[in-house]
Amino acid sequence: MLSRVANTLYWMVRYVERADNLARLIDVNQQLLLDFERLDSERLRGFWQPIILSTGDEEAFSKLYDETGSDEVIRFLTDDPRNHNSITSCIALARENARTVRDQLSDELWEELNALYLFTRSDEAHRLIDSDPPKYYEAVRRSVMTFLGIAASTISRNEAWEFMDLGRHLERADKTTRFLDVSSYLPPGADGLEAISPGVLHWTAILRSCGAMGAFRAAQHEISARGIADFLIFSKDFPRSVRYCIEKVDAGLHLISGTPRGSFSNEAEREAGRVLGDLNFGSTEDVFATGLHDYLDALQGRFNRIGAEIFETYVLMPERIQSSPGPRSSSLSDVAAWQMEQQQQQQ
Amino acid sequence: MEMFKGYNPGKFYDEMFADDGAVRSHCAPLLQKFGKIDERDFLARKANSELYFLRQGITFNVYHDDRGTERIFPFDPIPRVMPASEWEHLEAGLTQRIVALNLFLHDIYHDQQILKDEVIPRFYIEQAKHYRPEFRGVDVAADTYIHICGSDLIRGADGVYYVLEDNGRCPSGASYLLENRNALKRAFPGIFETLGVRPVDSYPRDLLNMLHHISPRRDGDPVCVLLTPGCHNSAYFEHCYLAREMGIDIVEGKDLVVVDKFVYMRTTRGLLRVDVIYRRIDDDFIDPVVFRKDSVLGVPGLMNAYRAGNVSLANAVGTGVADDKVIYYFVPKMIEYYLGQEPILPNVPTYLASEEADMKYILAHLPELVVKAANESGGYGMLMGPTATKDEIADFRDRIIADPRNYIAQPVISLSTSPTWCDGAMEGRHIDLRPYIIYGKDVKIVPGGLTRVALTKDSLIVNSSQGGGSKDTWVLRH
Repeated sequence: MLSRVANTLYWMVRYVERADNLARLIDVNQQLLLDFERLDSERLRGFWQPIILSTGDEEAFSKLYDETGSDEVIRFLTDDPRNHNSITSCIALARENARTVRDQLSDELWEELNALYLFTRSDEAHRLIDSDPPKYYEAVRRSVMTFLGIAASTISRNEAWEFMDLGRHLERADKTTRFLDVSSYLPPGADGLEAISPGVLHWTAILRSCGAMGAFRAAQHEISARGIADFLIFSKDFPRSVRYCIEKVDAGLHLISGTPRGSFSNEAEREAGRVLGDLNFGSTEDVFATGLHDYLDALQGRFNRIGAEIFETYVLMPERIQSSPGPRSSSLSDVAAWQMEQQQQQQ
Repeated sequence: MEMFKGYNPGKFYDEMFADDGAVRSHCAPLLQKFGKIDERDFLARKANSELYFLRQGITFNVYHDDRGTERIFPFDPIPRVMPASEWEHLEAGLTQRIVALNLFLHDIYHDQQILKDEVIPRFYIEQAKHYRPEFRGVDVAADTYIHICGSDLIRGADGVYYVLEDNGRCPSGASYLLENRNALKRAFPGIFETLGVRPVDSYPRDLLNMLHHISPRRDGDPVCVLLTPGCHNSAYFEHCYLAREMGIDIVEGKDLVVVDKFVYMRTTRGLLRVDVIYRRIDDDFIDPVVFRKDSVLGVPGLMNAYRAGNVSLANAVGTGVADDKVIYYFVPKMIEYYLGQEPILPNVPTYLASEEADMKYILAHLPELVVKAANESGGYGMLMGPTATKDEIADFRDRIIADPRNYIAQPVISLSTSPTWCDGAMEGRHIDLRPYIIYGKDVKIVPGGLTRVALTKDSLIVNSSQGGGSKDTWVLRH
C-alpha cells in the first residue's frame, strides 16, 4: 500500500486511542477526587500534578495555566485547542488523518469518527463538560469502542489493518506505562504512595485508568504496588498490558514484512523483538531494582524508537522497484496458497 | 399534493407542470407518491438526508472561519424527472458531441486539417489559453483525449435542450450525482420501486473500465490511480469517493516518482509501477518540469513518461482547448466536418467578440446579453446584462474591447424551473443538467446526471460556489 496511507492510518488510530485513554484518565481521577474531603489548593496541586506529569505535557501546561486546579487540568486535557494532546485535539487530528485516507475506510468507520468529531465540537459536549463530565467522557469512550469494533468487523486483515493495529498497540503500551508512572510522582508515604489518601485509592485509580480493574480482580491479585506493576507490565493476557501490546506490535511487524518471528529484516522488528524478550523474561524484581519510574521511562524511549523505525522503514525508504504488483498481504495463508499452486503444477 | 398546492410555474418552462398548471404526465406518479407525505414528515425526511451528508463528510469548509465550520452542499429532495424518450435524445446528442470533440483534438494535435480547410480560423486555436502546441504529434492511448466530459445542458422557455458548455478537463460533481441518489433512497425508501427509475450506480464501474481500456500495459492487470491535489481541494471528497468505489489508490503528487520514463508510486513494499492516472489536477500543475515551475502538487518528469507512452492520463493533456468558450462556438461545425451529421443538440446562439459584426452587436446590446470570459468557469468572469449595474457594463465593455479573443456573448436563456422546497413553500427555481460522459471502448453515459439548482429566487447561476444546490435526477425506463 502507499507509504503515506500506511503512515496516516497508523496515526489515525494512535490519536483515537490517545483520546480514549485520556478520557478514562480524567474521568477516573475526577471521580477519585470526590472521595477526598475538601482539598486546599496545595493538596489539589499535589493531586493533579502527577497526572499532568504522566502525560508528558507539563511544559505546555505551565505555559498556559498559572494554577494547577481541577478546572485548569480538566480543561487542558479535555478541550483546550492549544494543547495538541487534548481529547478534542486528538479527535480532530484523527479525523483529519481519516479524511485523507477516506477511500481506505468503510463508510461506517468514517461516520463514527466523524460523528465523534462533530460531537466534541457541539454545544451539547461543552455543556456536558461543565455540568455532567462523566457523561461526556463516557460518550467519548463509547464512540471510540464503537470505532474500534467497526474497524475490527469491517477492515480486511491486510496491511491497512496491520498498520492501524501497530498504532493502536504502540499507543496503548505507551499510555499504560504513563498511567502506571503516575504513582512515581505521588508524594512519598507508606508504600511510597499514601501521602494524600489512605489505603489503596490511588492504585485503584491507576488500574481503572487502564481499564484494568475487573481483569485485575479476576486474576485475584492483592492491591499492592508490586502486584499492579506486575499485572500492567507483564500480564500475558490483559489487552492493555505492556507485554501484550508489544507482543502484538512484534507480530504485526512480522506480518507486514513476511519475516519469520524471532528474526528481523529491519530495525523496527529488531527493537520490538528486544523489548518483547525483556518483557517475556523480565520480572518486577528488575523493575523495582531499576526503580519504577526509570524502568517505565526507558520503555517509553524504546517505544518511540520502534515508532521512528517503522516510519524510516515503510515511509521514508521505499525506493526499491517492484517488477509487478506484489501480493496484497503476506500472511501465512497467502504463502501457503502460493506453495499449493506450485505443488499442483508439478504433478 | 398538499405541498404543491399554490405552486406557480411562472412564465418559464417548468419541468413538472405545463403552462396550464396541469401535471406533466411523466411526473404524475411521483407527485402521487409525494402527495401522501405531509409537510412535517417531508421536513423530517429532508433533515435526515442533510444529516446523512453531514455524517458522510460531504461538506465544504467555510473559509475564514477558524472554528473550522463545515457546511453541506444544499440538497433539494424533489427530484427532476425525465421521460425515456427525452433521455434517448440527449444521449444521442452527447455521444455525437464527445466523438466529434475527440476527432477535433486528434486533428489539431496532428495534421490540423480543420484549420487548413478553414472551418476554424487558425488564430483561435493558436491563441487558446489551454492549447498545448508542445504536444503536437504525440499519440495518446486509444487515440482518445477527453475520456470524461461534463457537458452542461440547459432548457429554454421553448422546451428545447441546449448545450451551454463542455467541460473537458476535470469535470467534477459525479460523486454528488451518486450520493444524491443514496440520500433520496434513504429519505424516501419505497418510492423508487414502482416508479421505474433507472439506476445510476454503474458510473464507477464504467469509469474503471475506461481506465483499464487506455492502459499502455498489455500483460497483466493495469495499475490505475487517481491523482488528487490533496485534502484541501474542494473536490477532495469526490476524489476519495470515486477512488474507493473503483477500488484504486488515491495518490498525491509526492506519492509518485518517475524513474527512466516510468511512473511509480511509493508503497510500503517499494516502488510500484503505475499505468493509468485519472488525474484531477490541471495541466498547469501536473509536471513542474514542463508546466508551472512552482507547482508542488505535480510529478516532476511525468510528461516524459507520458510522451514515451509508458503511462496514460485521463483526461489527456491539452483538452482545455476544446472547452474554451470561443472554440465551443465551432462544435456544431466540427460535428458537420468530422461526422457529416447535423448536430442533434444545438448550441446556445453565441457571438464572438473577435468577429467584427458580432462585436458591433455585442457592444450595442450589452444590457440584454450574457458575456463570458473564454476560459473561466464556476460562474466567474461573467456579466449578466439584464441585472448588471451601469458600472459593471462599462467595465465589461472596456474588457471586451481590450481583449476580444477572450470574450463571447449569448442571449439570456431562461433556464427551465423545477419545484424546489424554499423555506416553507414549494417554489420554482432554475435548474441545469450536467451529464457525465465516459469515452472508453465505447461511450457510456450514466442515466441523467447532476441537476444543479439556483436556490436564490430568479437567479440563473447554479454553481455551488454561488449559492447553488443540487437535486436527484430521475430518468424513467418508459
